[in-house]
Amino acid sequence: MQSGRTAVMCAFPFPLLERTKVLPMSTPKENFGILGVGAYLPRLRLDRATVAANHKWMAPGLKGLAKGTRTMANWDEDALTMAVEAGRAALTQARPGDIAALTVASTTLPFDDRLNASVVCSALALSHQINAMDASGGMRAGSSALLRALQAGQSAVVIGTERRIPTPASTTELSYGDGAAAVVVGSGEPVAVLRGAASAAEDFIDHFREAGHDGDYGWEERWVREEGYGKIIPPVVKRALEAAGVKAEEIDHFVMPAPLQKVNQVVAKKLGIRPEAVADALFEVCGDTGVAHPLLMLAKTLAVAGPGQTILLVQFGGGCDALVLQTTAKQIAGGDPAWLGGGRTETNYLKYLSFTGQIDLEWGMRAEMDNKTALSAAWRSEAMVQGFVAGRCSKCGTVHYPSSRICVNPACGATDTQQPHRLTDEPAKIRSYTCDWLSYKQCPPFMFGHVEFETQARVLMEFTDCDPGELAVGNPLAMTFRIKEVDPLRGFRRYCWKAKALRQNGGA
Amino acid sequence: MAAGIRDRVAILGMGCSRFGERWSDNAEDLMLEAFNEALGDAGIEKSQIEAAWLGVCLEENNVGKTSGPLAQGLRLPYIAVSRVENACATGTEALRGAVYAVASGACDIALALGVEKLKDTGYGGLPSRTRGVVPDLWQPNGSAPGAFAQLAAAYQAKYGIKAEDLKRAMAHVSVKSHDNAARSPKAHLRNKITIEDVLKAQMIAEPLGLYDCCGVSDGAACAIVTTPEIAKALGKKDVITVKALQLAVSNGEEAQFNNWDGASIKTAEVASVRAYKEAGITNPREALDLIEVHDCFSVTELVLMENLGLSDPGRAPFDILDGRYDADGAIPCQIDGGLKCFGHPIGASGLRMVYEIYTQLLGRAGERQLKDVDIGLTQNLGGHPHQNVCAISIIGRLGA
Repeated sequence: MQSGRTAVMCAFPFPLLERTKVLPMSTPKENFGILGVGAYLPRLRLDRATVAANHKWMAPGLKGLAKGTRTMANWDEDALTMAVEAGRAALTQARPGDIAALTVASTTLPFDDRLNASVVCSALALSHQINAMDASGGMRAGSSALLRALQAGQSAVVIGTERRIPTPASTTELSYGDGAAAVVVGSGEPVAVLRGAASAAEDFIDHFREAGHDGDYGWEERWVREEGYGKIIPPVVKRALEAAGVKAEEIDHFVMPAPLQKVNQVVAKKLGIRPEAVADALFEVCGDTGVAHPLLMLAKTLAVAGPGQTILLVQFGGGCDALVLQTTAKQIAGGDPAWLGGGRTETNYLKYLSFTGQIDLEWGMRAEMDNKTALSAAWRSEAMVQGFVAGRCSKCGTVHYPSSRICVNPACGATDTQQPHRLTDEPAKIRSYTCDWLSYKQCPPFMFGHVEFETQARVLMEFTDCDPGELAVGNPLAMTFRIKEVDPLRGFRRYCWKAKALRQNGGA
Repeated sequence: MAAGIRDRVAILGMGCSRFGERWSDNAEDLMLEAFNEALGDAGIEKSQIEAAWLGVCLEENNVGKTSGPLAQGLRLPYIAVSRVENACATGTEALRGAVYAVASGACDIALALGVEKLKDTGYGGLPSRTRGVVPDLWQPNGSAPGAFAQLAAAYQAKYGIKAEDLKRAMAHVSVKSHDNAARSPKAHLRNKITIEDVLKAQMIAEPLGLYDCCGVSDGAACAIVTTPEIAKALGKKDVITVKALQLAVSNGEEAQFNNWDGASIKTAEVASVRAYKEAGITNPREALDLIEVHDCFSVTELVLMENLGLSDPGRAPFDILDGRYDADGAIPCQIDGGLKCFGHPIGASGLRMVYEIYTQLLGRAGERQLKDVDIGLTQNLGGHPHQNVCAISIIGRLGA
């Protein structure tokens, strides 16, 4: 104990020395790195001009940000559900058999105490024999988690996800967006490997948010740009480049979120990075997705980068992370990823406020329904509900959801023959449907119906991210992980799988 | 093989409260209203009743748990009373208990009473409950109209009928029931409506609009049953008997297996075949003089016409539009207004249907009395199309 305390005290007088030190990189293993990436943006895209128009009476200055759309979580989406969707997308590209760790990074996870990552673990059907953790504390939770995973040398999934609820009429209400991105790291044939990295921890408070509260409090933007971004990032990047043995002008892709307009371009110029290397911060499409954003921009960059290119990933916040990555000969096919496209523009600002809980509408007595979740029931149904695991009769092949002791096939009737069978990625279609205006739902009408899977399994399911006009018997569906019910009385929420319309672009 | 229930049990007396929004009445008042009518009709003393069955479905917190509310409300003299619940088929389930008790020889006279006090919730539609145990973790918590609207989507797809054509046939169902209820003094909704009213009504669960949905009501209905011999000995000249009483319950096939079309009530198909056999009916289209079915929603009544074997598959909309089930049609359906207009106090509905057949058989139906009534059918459904309880009774004259 005594020696440890002494060591800490000795280190204290030399912070500047610590900050200029170049971290020695262990020799990079060519077969270890990023195996796959994925991202998820909510289907709803809030029209910024609409938001600005609503605030024009008291904040006419917002007009400057009033272009494009920002992503907006549906009523049944949160940081956790988006994390699952991003994780699914990344694991589609690469699913190593030896995943040892899962990190879910966010400043807006729904639970302070209930491991959010273990919900994601079961929804992604990862082995439960892994180390799963939530990472939080600031905007670098995602980039730092990725760096640690790349340095740790074992297969892991890192997910950044964010659903912030800014104060109405703040600039962040316009500039922030909701979304998630995931990176799978491991051994095999990586699409990119880490060449060098550096970090710095600084209590430079450009903004903060008190625990348990919505809405950021931020300092003057000019100070943040000049003293924060302008002075904290360059030395860290220089150390990372030095470790990687790369010059700034050799950077092919400068991946840096820009929660302040064009701050990435200013930093690039200061560092001597070519302007054309600066990656689009996706303001027009989704806005800044916080902890998720560096991973989200990386997912986009890796989809368009050529072989042997150098990527500099930088995230600012309570200091800085800088990662120098190099793409390999193995490429992610397809150019601009599907998750960037699609979407449905939302021009109803009051609906947005209702979804974020910033206005309390009169929903009638049906909304008083008590949703007290029996936690014991939730635990024994965990795989069935969160993993969407059905039971497949090993004798006749009938797939049951939920699984049961006795096979439902009247020609079979075998007992205790059902094996786990996951329905999350099985093709499905609508058998019947309705738009129910009577039962309470946070976004009426409540759409639900009978769904038939390829295995002929039949499940009565909720539909989400559908327009009523998209419902027709026989229409194809995709499964998505969503909030089932919210229990405001106890601050609990439970999740399940729902069906959404399967559209051409595969995304929103 | 057992011979079944045909003609082994007679209905000695029946009663039915006025259905509706009975703001000033408790369940006790409703039970007494139905019971006093039945007791007077039966011409017996309360002390002659040896056993009783109480049917209550949703509002047990209001009516009360166990069979106590019936025993206490009626001051029954420490006899055996059982409470039964089988969703919206609860009323028929109560009757089944009393009828089987008499048929078994365990008692001579038994009582069945169904009651529901739904209008203390503060809103329209059925009451909702706390949700958080296993089924709620994954099942959509849609409304009852939402569940039955699924029939319409699947029916359209199966038979290739246009949405507007199906809706028009459904509208005819509701207009007919409102017409009938205008001549039914105890009915909840006695106003006449037009096809246009139905088509323009507020949407509840597409394609079901307000007028495609039945009333949510308070009410009670009851029956006193005995053997035909005792009925005659008590002076009954026109003895009405139970010809069949069948119950079929989903085992999960419709919900989970691949052999259900989604456009039919499978339990009704099964139960009706068994009921016709028990009643000795070979051609129900010829034999049945009237029917009371579970028209919780217009589309339910529509598909049931096929599932009971009265319309050919895919033909119900056309038979309905042809007036086949109207008051002056071949097989009048819901001559008292049905669930749609007489009302649907859940636990009472099955017994209310039997009450109408009984009333028609005895020529007591007043303005809505049908001619030449010898035999009628009731069909009472609990649950949702993909998972339910279906009860069917066939009631007629002794020897018919």
